[in-house]
Amino acid sequence: MKPAPFDYVAPVTIDEACAALAEAGGGATVLAGGQTLVPLLNLRMSQPFIIVDINKIADLKGIARADGCTRVGPMTRQCEVIASEALTRDLPVLVEAVRHVGHHQTRNRGTVGGSIALGEPAAELPATAVALGAMIEARSTRGTRHIPAGEFYLGPYMTALEADELVTNITFPDWPKGHITLFREVAQRPGDFALVGMVGALSVEGGKIARAGLAWFGMGPTPIRAKTAEQMLVGQSLDRINPQAVADRAITDTAPFDDHHASAEYRRTVGTRIFARTLREALKIGELA
Amino acid sequence: MSKHHIEMTINSRRHSSDVEARVSLSDFLRGDAGYTGVHVGCEHGVCGACTVIVNGKAVRSCLMLAVQADGAEVVTAEGLAAPDGTLHPVQQVMLDEHALQCGFCTPGIVMTLAALTNGAEKPSEQQLLEALSGHICRCTGYQGIRRAARKLAGADEAKKA
Repeated sequence: MKPAPFDYVAPVTIDEACAALAEAGGGATVLAGGQTLVPLLNLRMSQPFIIVDINKIADLKGIARADGCTRVGPMTRQCEVIASEALTRDLPVLVEAVRHVGHHQTRNRGTVGGSIALGEPAAELPATAVALGAMIEARSTRGTRHIPAGEFYLGPYMTALEADELVTNITFPDWPKGHITLFREVAQRPGDFALVGMVGALSVEGGKIARAGLAWFGMGPTPIRAKTAEQMLVGQSLDRINPQAVADRAITDTAPFDDHHASAEYRRTVGTRIFARTLREALKIGELA
Repeated sequence: MSKHHIEMTINSRRHSSDVEARVSLSDFLRGDAGYTGVHVGCEHGVCGACTVIVNGKAVRSCLMLAVQADGAEVVTAEGLAAPDGTLHPVQQVMLDEHALQCGFCTPGIVMTLAALTNGAEKPSEQQLLEALSGHICRCTGYQGIRRAARKLAGADEAKKA
């Protein structure tokens, strides 16, 4: 239960970190909040020869408004998201999602970027980034690129990020004031990974859904955009939405699997139920609708 | 394998040492600094027994490298009671409410509750109970611990629960 030996560097700038990653030629692992990486090191499931600790890089921290969006520095701690008045006002669903990440003690170290870059398919933050249409900025000594969250996740713990790239910013587009937020997950205990979860936002204009951003988590090899539900909802009058019918169709986008916590069938059944219920509650539609 | 010189304040005392990068803060606090109130349970961030306060916040010390605590202010269970032996309010309420049996998980729970109640803002009962979900206790059945947390939040029904 002790990590294998490794070298350790703690650069203070993004350029230094990128240089260290490039120099390691794929053998380095980035240490952000460490709440997943350090267990893997302790269990020797991860044995990097060098760790690049990015905790000292001030440019990776903080929450800022930019043109039409909110930029969340990847090293923003999860506890800072919960405490942020700006995020509570502008992106309440991100705050709600973070409340479900791990425990109080791990959120004090765990970061937004760490969770997003890890790509655990049952985690809350990757799915939230997909649902809200976030843009992930990645930098290396070769340059900077921007990857839509919807294209970032390739498989369990597999992302579009190259071995020498560092996530340097996560940009969430604005949602209209008063937009509706949706979040629900089913887990065995508080802090456990979700067996089934859904997250998203809806905006309403003139009694109709103007915009929908929804995603599933724990329902396949990656977070999954709930495209079918989005298509059914956008343009629809609120009084004509049948949450159960939307959920029944929405579940066809998912690809859940069996594991020792739950069967795929359980995930589909519960997924349909929570999708319908969350939609019904968010849109304040009567129980029998 | 790299070695690093680190300095930190542990329970108001300066402590410096040379450590290998792979040494966890929990092992450093126990082995190097001698604070055996840091209980090392699962070593992968699940049980909460190794929780200490780093720069005012409760964190799992098995999930932090000692080298990352360079320059930090660390408090372990040994640092809570006053020098004359007067217990910290969290320790006292844990004692009063019979919130421990074997005591293995206790230092972690005490550190979480202390971190949350040390600040100027008083945490709600819900916040304290929610934070306790980050600790596993295998013998009390949690009811005494929950009573202690409710009492810390100032709940009147602490006795009833």
